[in-house]
Amino acid sequence: MTTLPPVAATLPLLRVRQVAQRYGQRLVLQDASFDLWPGEVLAVVGESGSGKSTLLNALAARARPADGCVEFLGRDGVLRDVHGMSEAQQRLLARTDWGFVHQNPADGLRMDVSAGANVGERLMGLGERHYGRLRATAAEWLARVEIDPARIDDTPRTFSGGMRQRLQIARNLVTHPRLVFMDEPTSGLDVSVQARLLDLLRGLTQQMQLAVVIVTHDLAVARLLAHRMVVMQRGRIVETGLTDQVLDDPQHPYTQLLVSSVLQP
Amino acid sequence: MTAAMTAPVIELQAVSKRFTLHHQHGAQLQVLQDVNLRVAPGECVVLDGPSGQGKSTLLKLIYANYLASGGRILLTPPGGAALDLGQAEPRALVQMRRDTVGYVSQFLRVIPRVSALDVVAEPLMDAGHSQEDARAEAARWLARLRIPEHLWPLPPATFSGGEQQRVNIARNMIRPRPLLLLDEPTASLDAANTATVIELIREAVARGAAVIGIFHDRAVGDAVATRRVDMSAFRRAA
Repeated sequence: MTTLPPVAATLPLLRVRQVAQRYGQRLVLQDASFDLWPGEVLAVVGESGSGKSTLLNALAARARPADGCVEFLGRDGVLRDVHGMSEAQQRLLARTDWGFVHQNPADGLRMDVSAGANVGERLMGLGERHYGRLRATAAEWLARVEIDPARIDDTPRTFSGGMRQRLQIARNLVTHPRLVFMDEPTSGLDVSVQARLLDLLRGLTQQMQLAVVIVTHDLAVARLLAHRMVVMQRGRIVETGLTDQVLDDPQHPYTQLLVSSVLQP
Repeated sequence: MTAAMTAPVIELQAVSKRFTLHHQHGAQLQVLQDVNLRVAPGECVVLDGPSGQGKSTLLKLIYANYLASGGRILLTPPGGAALDLGQAEPRALVQMRRDTVGYVSQFLRVIPRVSALDVVAEPLMDAGHSQEDARAEAARWLARLRIPEHLWPLPPATFSGGEQQRVNIARNMIRPRPLLLLDEPTASLDAANTATVIELIREAVARGAAVIGIFHDRAVGDAVATRRVDMSAFRRAA
């Protein structure tokens, strides 16, 4: 009798347990727990103030949570508490195995250096010094995110919003990270530009087998990109499951309200 | 070997489905009650009954698009381990859809900017086939379903309803999976294409697939069914 291959790895890429966050006396995030597996795209949805960006910042070690534990699986196969690492270790992770795509590209790009240097910076951080190779890789990545490589010496200030966002994605993906955090990556863009970016993201996550945690208030974005969904309300995860199951057969009252409030997610 | 003697690919044990509408004063809609169904390799079960009997709901439960309210749904690919859909982790369900279950829904959910050829080739590429092989096979399916070749490089968003439905059939039948769920696959097709889809379903059954189908056209159901199930049996207590 043949057996099915085991469901991927035995350890998750990211293990999140009982993460909580306070701003002053106010508890803005509580009891967030889930596992993310290699190659999985997880959407975190909920309205403004539901705690989704707070969760993302806690996962990506951009803010230390008040409570709970976030562990990341290193290339050596060991899960490590990201908040127990030194700042130097966190920085190394942030520019190698992780990516972070901000809603506003200006927050993730260096606006006064060339597009090529923006893409090359993480590679240089990893020790690549050969100018020709850096430039060739940058040009290749510009093409991959559908930016004319002839613009390699222009600064992002001269780019449209959609081009800036694609450049930010190239800057993050050039080191082949294993986990990318995205905070509302499409919401600052026109609808027509959004579709192109979504389609690009969908292709890249599939080709590179990226694990992604994407925060979005847009259920259509979740539907197109994510395998799984987490629904947040007032700092708590109220529902989780396969994306289309949560959208087509929502169980929690808040999810039902969310789904029924939009046109055809 | 008869189909009934073979272990089922899919088994539903006392499955029920009830929708609770929290914003309609907690109204409850009982759609299915006490569904027991086993479908073995090489069987084509056609679901009969007027609309509103929960036929599509049943397929959606098996595809894990809906969550059962009660009972168990067990999926066992030939030679593989049983998966209890109500207990399975999302990543196991993603893998199940990739490898085990094909689902032809009533409408194609289009992916912006992806060509019809790649929409159809994608399931094979996900399964590890080279792009070249996957596209060659996709071309064969599109040709067989009479999609004009000049449309292949275009995204299906602008296609007619019938063309989209044929792209949908090709996309979801191209990979020979052990279980195939068909929700009115011929609803918007002409006679020639309907005949082709009947052939494709028979070929799937002949290679050992288990098939569960809904067909608005009784003649199509008659042409493919090895067994018919009357859905009104699952509504008794509803």
